[in-house]
Amino acid sequence: MTETLIQGLLLGGLYCLFALGQSLMFGVMRLTNTAQGDFIVLGAFGAIALASLVELHPALIALVLLPVAFGAGYLLQRHVLNTTLGRDPLPSLVVTFGLAIVIQNALLEVFSADPRSLDSAGINTRSVVVGDLAVGLLPLIVFGVALAATAALQLLFNRTALGRSFRAVSDDREIAELMGLDAKRVYAFATGIAFMLILVAGVLQAMRTTVSPSDGPLLLLFAFEAVIIGGMGSFWGSFAGAMVLGVTQQIGFRLDPGWGIWFGHLVFLAVLVVRPQGLFPRTRG
Amino acid sequence: MSTSTTVRTEPVEVPRSTHERASTGSARTGVVVPLVIRTTPLSQAALLIALALTALAATLPFWGESSWLREFVEIACYFIFAMMWNLLAGYGGMVSIGQQAFFGFGGYLMLTLGNFAGINPFVAVPLAALAAAAIAVPVSWVAFRLQGGYFAIGTWVIAEVFRLSFANISALGGGSGTSLTALRGIERVTRERTTYWIALACVVAAIALVYLFLRSKQGLALLAIRDNEVAAESQGIPVRRIKLAVYVVAAFGAGLAGALYFVGNLRISPDAAFSVNWTAFAIFMVVIGGIGRIEGPLVGATIFWALNRFFSDYGSWYLMGLGLLAIVVTMFFKQGLWGWLQQRHGWVLFPTGRRLSP
Repeated sequence: MTETLIQGLLLGGLYCLFALGQSLMFGVMRLTNTAQGDFIVLGAFGAIALASLVELHPALIALVLLPVAFGAGYLLQRHVLNTTLGRDPLPSLVVTFGLAIVIQNALLEVFSADPRSLDSAGINTRSVVVGDLAVGLLPLIVFGVALAATAALQLLFNRTALGRSFRAVSDDREIAELMGLDAKRVYAFATGIAFMLILVAGVLQAMRTTVSPSDGPLLLLFAFEAVIIGGMGSFWGSFAGAMVLGVTQQIGFRLDPGWGIWFGHLVFLAVLVVRPQGLFPRTRG
Repeated sequence: MSTSTTVRTEPVEVPRSTHERASTGSARTGVVVPLVIRTTPLSQAALLIALALTALAATLPFWGESSWLREFVEIACYFIFAMMWNLLAGYGGMVSIGQQAFFGFGGYLMLTLGNFAGINPFVAVPLAALAAAAIAVPVSWVAFRLQGGYFAIGTWVIAEVFRLSFANISALGGGSGTSLTALRGIERVTRERTTYWIALACVVAAIALVYLFLRSKQGLALLAIRDNEVAAESQGIPVRRIKLAVYVVAAFGAGLAGALYFVGNLRISPDAAFSVNWTAFAIFMVVIGGIGRIEGPLVGATIFWALNRFFSDYGSWYLMGLGLLAIVVTMFFKQGLWGWLQQRHGWVLFPTGRRLSP
């Protein structure tokens, strides 16, 4: 039981990284990115492609790609997604959904449907012994990164000028603009940061397991479930939601391998019925 | 739907016939009251042409090839599904990525009724659609907790729950699916013709159902809700009830399309039945044709059929093209092809608004 719980929490660490980008984009500009999962897979394949060109430690690969991810997110928001924002959710949904289809098929064309993974320089075979339990080093690193990313994001939001501008445009875009903020630029910064988180999630996912071009939608659903269970607009909420999802899935897998994900979905739907605002809500939809 | 030419009369006073005095009491007061016009010359011509085309299409099995019949049935399913997605998202403002839940449910239920309950699969088609509508009610209790973009992904999760649930029912073949054996005794020609006629009837019925609904009092209320939910509620429109009604009708249509598709296809699997591609293609058709107008899915389905015919051999490049086209149209031609034509030439084939005569 303890083992299932620990494995669930560690799995939750990965889901937290999937969810943070989604949570940030929704919190700042009420944008639902239906291509979230596909961008994670794209990041994973970007890292795999770079690793095949130059021999680098996966951490260095992630470091090299971080600015690229920020730039991609910034430009995407600035030139594509900003035009779709508004009261009507349809344009942003259609555009991100279209992007998802483009990414999936482009990856399929370039990398074929074979699952691939990123060489983790031996990290994924090592483990740490705690008491009478052996815990994988990589899942622990993932969990640590998730914890650090959540704390950093919360700090950025609460303590920095950029975070203040995020909160301002989130609360009231018009007033924020009257105060001299360029909302579109603030949005672009938010998406840039979200894309850095997406890249980290993708690299770690590719190290931990395999990725294939059609994985995106499932990752999106996990990210989304973590955000909703946790409550919209709160990063620690998303962290907690990811933990709940990871643990329930792990318990489900333990009961029957065919029902793990199904069980996770059901718990998500149950939370929706019992506590639709999530565990720790901040932002109103 | 251009609001400038639409006169928002009080729902209670909406005249039913084409030309009717807006108020009966006006003659006494001596005020000249204009006529409420609900058709255009173009729409009347379109109705005649549509009737003629339908009559012609009904005779297709006697002079067409059997591959045409199969192709029509397939595109009819796509079209009905898109039509219902348009009703839900374009008129109801509920953008769902999970309508494949009802599509697959309709398909599986038709198959279950046919294979296990001994019901003729053709009869099972409307029954399966009704069942999809019935299950939409409890589904709405969960789905309606979310709004906007989150409603979209929430419905997708629900569709995944449907997929995984059916994938775990071993009597229905589990993850690899099963075949419709109930139609085995029927000759191929009879089967294909019957499927075709039912598909044609379903297409006509779907258009008529949506058109008449939008022209009704409830349709007017729905448009009001889409334009401004709070304002509609303050005018006494039962917002929740009408949204639920639309959700149920859309589920009925999606279930109908699903049941029909698998009568034509004879083989079902969870991945095919509950594929998100159904909704993806519906979104594509509706957005390209023009969302929030009945002509939209008609035009979109025609374009989709043509693209599919000529480019589907290109596989993933073709799908990338569809995705890009949807993005470009959403960003630069928000009204879609028919919306653009309507703006430019004022063409309306299915008028749902009410105009006053000059």
